[in-house]
Amino acid sequence: MPVIEADLAVATADQIIDGYGAERSSLIHVMQDIQQELSYLPRESLRRVSERLEVPLAEVLRVATFYAAFSLTPRGRHLITVCMGTACHVRGAPRILDALVRELGLGDGHETTDDMKFTVKSVRCIGCCGLAPVINIDGKAYGRLTAHRVPQILREYE
Amino acid sequence: MNETTQTFLIRTLDDLEEAGQAGRRRLYPGRVKIKVGVGTCGIAAGASELYRALIREVREKGLDVEVAATACIGLCQREPLVDVQVPGRSRVLYGDVAADQAAPLLEAACRGEIFGGHAIARTDADEEILTDTRHVLASKAAVDGVVPFGNVPLFSSQLRIAMRNCGIIDSDSIEEYIARGGYLALLNALTKYQPDAIIQMVTDSGLRGRGGGGFPTGRKWASCRKAPGDPRYVICNADEGDPGAYMDRGILEGDPHSVLEGMMIGAYAIGSSEGFVYVREEYPLARQKLATAIKVAEQCGLMGDDIFGTGFNFRVRIARGGGAFVCGESTALMASVEGRVGEPRAKHIHTVESGLWDKPTTLNNVETWANVPVIIERGPQWFASIGSQGSKGTKVFSLVGKIKNTGLVEVPMGITLRKIIYDIGGGIADDKQFKAVQTGGPSGGCIPAEHLDLEVDFDRLTEVGSMMGSGGMIVMDEDSCMVDVARYFLDFLRYESCGKCTPCREGNQRMFELLDKICNGHATEADLQLLQDIADTVKTTSLCALGKSAPNPVLSTIRYFRNEYEAHIRDKRCPAGVCKALVKYSINSALCICCGRCARECPVKCITGQTGKPPAKATKKDKEEGKVGVPYVIDQAACVKCATCFEVCPVGAVKRT
Repeated sequence: MPVIEADLAVATADQIIDGYGAERSSLIHVMQDIQQELSYLPRESLRRVSERLEVPLAEVLRVATFYAAFSLTPRGRHLITVCMGTACHVRGAPRILDALVRELGLGDGHETTDDMKFTVKSVRCIGCCGLAPVINIDGKAYGRLTAHRVPQILREYE
Repeated sequence: MNETTQTFLIRTLDDLEEAGQAGRRRLYPGRVKIKVGVGTCGIAAGASELYRALIREVREKGLDVEVAATACIGLCQREPLVDVQVPGRSRVLYGDVAADQAAPLLEAACRGEIFGGHAIARTDADEEILTDTRHVLASKAAVDGVVPFGNVPLFSSQLRIAMRNCGIIDSDSIEEYIARGGYLALLNALTKYQPDAIIQMVTDSGLRGRGGGGFPTGRKWASCRKAPGDPRYVICNADEGDPGAYMDRGILEGDPHSVLEGMMIGAYAIGSSEGFVYVREEYPLARQKLATAIKVAEQCGLMGDDIFGTGFNFRVRIARGGGAFVCGESTALMASVEGRVGEPRAKHIHTVESGLWDKPTTLNNVETWANVPVIIERGPQWFASIGSQGSKGTKVFSLVGKIKNTGLVEVPMGITLRKIIYDIGGGIADDKQFKAVQTGGPSGGCIPAEHLDLEVDFDRLTEVGSMMGSGGMIVMDEDSCMVDVARYFLDFLRYESCGKCTPCREGNQRMFELLDKICNGHATEADLQLLQDIADTVKTTSLCALGKSAPNPVLSTIRYFRNEYEAHIRDKRCPAGVCKALVKYSINSALCICCGRCARECPVKCITGQTGKPPAKATKKDKEEGKVGVPYVIDQAACVKCATCFEVCPVGAVKRT
């Protein structure tokens, strides 16, 4: 997903706020919906949210950076979440993450590939512990993984 | 996933019975019925494909078979799971059924035969815990060669109260829920008991909060009822943040109405008409199932105004979490529902008096709420007859890690760890040696083999330095490094600390750094002492339970596995072979069969050799024809220690030291 144009960012925010009503308590819901729509939280959207809900921008950013689910930068076309839950950890999740980082040439804290194809995010636990270790790509879960299956799975995605 | 649910308006006991009959017709349709477990675990193992394949086969061949969806059946290890019910016969549970086996499975079912090799166990009668009745499926054992559930320790040691309907009903169908006694407890609560009597029943039952703390639920409700203020709220905490735990997801996906019914009874008891369910971000399917349940309950008049014509009103909304562990803490969760940053506050004034928007609020966990209807229907004495001295009823555990049968298990409190791990769990995977079981999530600890006969309940677990937590039970074997596990939890906690109080914010970071130093082989004995000192400080001085319990993983591993810490510090050795900086992979040239698999799979191409006959086995002819290989060797300087070679070697020639 590329960088979102300012107009679209504002219009999306407006539309979502209209649905909830401009109330302080809907701040998190509004931000979640914007992110779902645009894949991240563009700055222009957050400014709009701040104006309409009458919450200082600093507070909006505080919420946006507090919760792990929010992203302030554009994400790749495919979102890979790597479960780092305890069951996955003891069954080799760190090696799966290493393999993804290596295969996709990520590093130095970069989560998204240069071609904007993949974003890799580690999450706390997706509650699929019975099939550990697990990753999830665009909502599809892959269980009982081993590091050497990673390249083959990545090839499924365009 | 089923066809549209017919809507009934339910106002009386007669209406409820009518809906129940409709539900029974769905549960026992008088023809072959096949249920697929399409919960999150099942889907990850391919259950959706299987479900679609079954439907396609039935349609194409015009079979008289009903295909239905249910959620988590509990035995995740054998997903995808299928339950086949032939009229007049026992219900049979099958495991490891792939989509391309849909046709033979259907053929066998239509002939009333067993689908070979996949049968796990059979049920001759369905138990209904709420109504204390049995629905007999087969008058005599009508299935040969399949063991009854009662003869399999995995199932016979379990008692399903909170998970009474999970894997049995289609959670989108309110009729099926009602058919198994659902919403009768609500009707009885509203028409037969005063709120104080309900609270007394919950108190007498001995129910304690299943979210981790184990606070007596009845006492919480009583304080909330007494607190002045209006409106008042009930909240269901479904922010199941402990890694390695998924009981609440299982219940929400499998039986959301049980949670809603429990909340409504609680709301009536404390005088509330509004509730929230706070569901974590990572559980989209649970959220969807819950949303459907709320919608259907509203359509039936079981939620909204004047429920059962009693004047009791109740509405509930779903709040989505944002991926913050600390929001499982009650005050942080309430801040998050209000749209703020999820920071806990000091609890000089309890949330039962001043909670959500500073109003009296009763917050309980998913599993706690799901127990409430059963207490009302079966009575507090019945509930209190199950369990141990101080912990009544059952507890759902997610039994995962290095164990043979992974899954969700519900057992009476007071059962021993040994029984859970060896009888129900089937022992350690790959017949390795048990090392520890981790309970209580990041707030808990690792319990060693010497405590395997511990009776599991709230108090016993605390005594050995762990805690019940929400019910994660992660089994570790000889290949798990206890220092690495402690580092793992502290890495988790340093990120999840909200940062409001210094001991937790700084202490967890420093403990992580020290553990990382130990794992890398750079630490000294003094570091171990420092680690313990920081742990004690964080434990004593943090603001909320997250910080107060954060040192538990460190303290419990030092207490029981000090020798592993010492091996890392003194000998620069990781006995379990986990800590990358301290392990080395090499290939035993005498065992290498020169197949070249390791070199092909190596992501950094640091393994060299040549394919061919292994030199030890090569004949003279092989030599003449140049067919002799060269055993493979790992370039230690380039190796990234990813363990791929170790995993793929077909003969175990790769050594980890």
